[in-house]
Amino acid sequence: MIPIGWYLILSAILFLIGVLGFFIKRNIIALLLSVEIMLNAVNLTFVAFSLQHGKISGQIFVFFVLVVAAAEAAVGLALVIAMFRNRESLNVDRSNLLKW
Amino acid sequence: MIEYVTGSEFIVLMIKIFVIFGGVMGALAYLSWLERKLMARVQMRPGPTRVGPFGLLQPIADGLKFLFKEDVIPTHSNRFLFIAAPIVSLVPALLSFSVIPFGPSLQITDLSVGLLFIFAVTSLGVYGIALGGWASNSKYPLMGAIRSSAQMISYELSLTLSVVGVLMIANTLSLAELVTAQQSTWLGIIPRWNIFLQPVAFVVYLVSAVAETNRLPFDLAESEQELVAGWHTEYSSMKFAMFMLAEYANVVTVSALATIMFFGGWTGPMFGPALLQMALPTVWFLLKVSIFIFFYVLMRATVPRFRYDQLMRFGWKVLLPLSLANIVVTSFVVAIS
Amino acid sequence: MIQILFFFFAAIAVGAAINVLAQKHVLYSALSLILMLTAVSVLFILLQADFLAVINVIVYAGAIMVLFVFVIMLLNLPEDEDGADRLRWLKFIGIPLGLFFLVLVVTTLWNLKASPGTQPQLVGSPAAIGQSLFTDFLLPFEVTSLLILIALMGAVVFAKRDL
Repeated sequence: MIPIGWYLILSAILFLIGVLGFFIKRNIIALLLSVEIMLNAVNLTFVAFSLQHGKISGQIFVFFVLVVAAAEAAVGLALVIAMFRNRESLNVDRSNLLKW
Repeated sequence: MIEYVTGSEFIVLMIKIFVIFGGVMGALAYLSWLERKLMARVQMRPGPTRVGPFGLLQPIADGLKFLFKEDVIPTHSNRFLFIAAPIVSLVPALLSFSVIPFGPSLQITDLSVGLLFIFAVTSLGVYGIALGGWASNSKYPLMGAIRSSAQMISYELSLTLSVVGVLMIANTLSLAELVTAQQSTWLGIIPRWNIFLQPVAFVVYLVSAVAETNRLPFDLAESEQELVAGWHTEYSSMKFAMFMLAEYANVVTVSALATIMFFGGWTGPMFGPALLQMALPTVWFLLKVSIFIFFYVLMRATVPRFRYDQLMRFGWKVLLPLSLANIVVTSFVVAIS
Repeated sequence: MIQILFFFFAAIAVGAAINVLAQKHVLYSALSLILMLTAVSVLFILLQADFLAVINVIVYAGAIMVLFVFVIMLLNLPEDEDGADRLRWLKFIGIPLGLFFLVLVVTTLWNLKASPGTQPQLVGSPAAIGQSLFTDFLLPFEVTSLLILIALMGAVVFAKRDL
């Protein structure tokens, strides 16, 4: 049997990679992908704790995370298309009209 | 639960894998012969006749030809993805055979979520097409790839939803249990197949399965009159053969799934000596699957292609509401009885 | 045996996740993410959540990532335009700080004394999940359906050129 700590450490590493990606990358699609990495890391934690505590509710939460991820991807990508249409670029630094 | 296999079980498993995958690969090769021959008969041509009796050795000749053809990789293509795409396309298509029950014991593994496993791996097949089209760096493949990915996610919805009614009746996701649930008969004669309980779901499944496999009348991804050959325009040699194999493998998979879910899988009349009784279920299964494959080929030979807007409208405005309505009605009936 | 599987797929997941950041072109990043998702799904199977593992592949790899790949192909993006990257220095602060945070988390978890003995058998079967989803979590379930509806409308509103 694998101790739950290993899963948590793996999940922490993945989450961290996601956070780093969110800070480092400038392409908006890459940012969305980083968010997906973070969501997956969280999912792993939920499932690991679900087994540890013998409760199914952890797995139910993964479902809700999946739904949120799907909604986020749909709206996010629609925004990406709208942004590309206006700016001809996906660099988040380029969409700076509201900045002063 | 994770289970371990012992030594003797491991050997049996290996034999099963060899038998099933060897059989499937051979069948896929001969499917190309069957398709060419049948199409030819519909169009009043003889079809392949030169290699062997009735052109029966044609698949071997084709295979050799594919092996010896020049393997062209376009200069401005994306080399890595160009090579990876056929593999990405073929591997998921073959993976789904690992859970299909060809007979009572002729199944590599019976997952408790077997049906969903098949949907999961076939949903990965779209990447092969999408990447192949994108990596070619040419306009027709790209258009084919974009069309096909939009088409496949649209029709995957109704494909998945159409089987929910069957699952509610059978109360399981394991393919072996789905078959055994249909074993008995009504009034001693009519087999208890799900097709009689779920006719609407069957029609929706059949139509969206054709769209999922990108075949006529839904083959907009490769429509040879407008897009040369769609996503595999730039492919030649073994890579093209792998795309072909993946397409045929997908046809066999959706036919096998239709058989398992709606036509009782390997169930059928049993008679004769014990040895025959061992082989009969597999014979029934293959017979039912080949009926579907015949249907597919005849449809390709007879039905004209959809226009793209018609295709999308049909998927979203006809098939999806139909499958949803089917789920609602089925759940009411299941809840009452 | 299970340990080997765990480390193998954990390594794939971490490697693929790093590759998502390392790649210049977003299409490679997206493909790398698909690999990571599949590896995480295998870890779900090790955690006895078979149903979730398959659902994860269907929803993420089969639907969400297809959407990403589709958009990337549709926009036919050039290589990552770096240009005047105003936040370039963030890399040099972010990575060390991130590693520091990671060391913090790992040491905390390493010293954690979990009670491994009382591990009840739990199989995330479709039936068990459905039972729980439609009794204890019925309200959240319904709310998510509303969320999906709103997301649907939002996507149409944003992406359509003129309504």
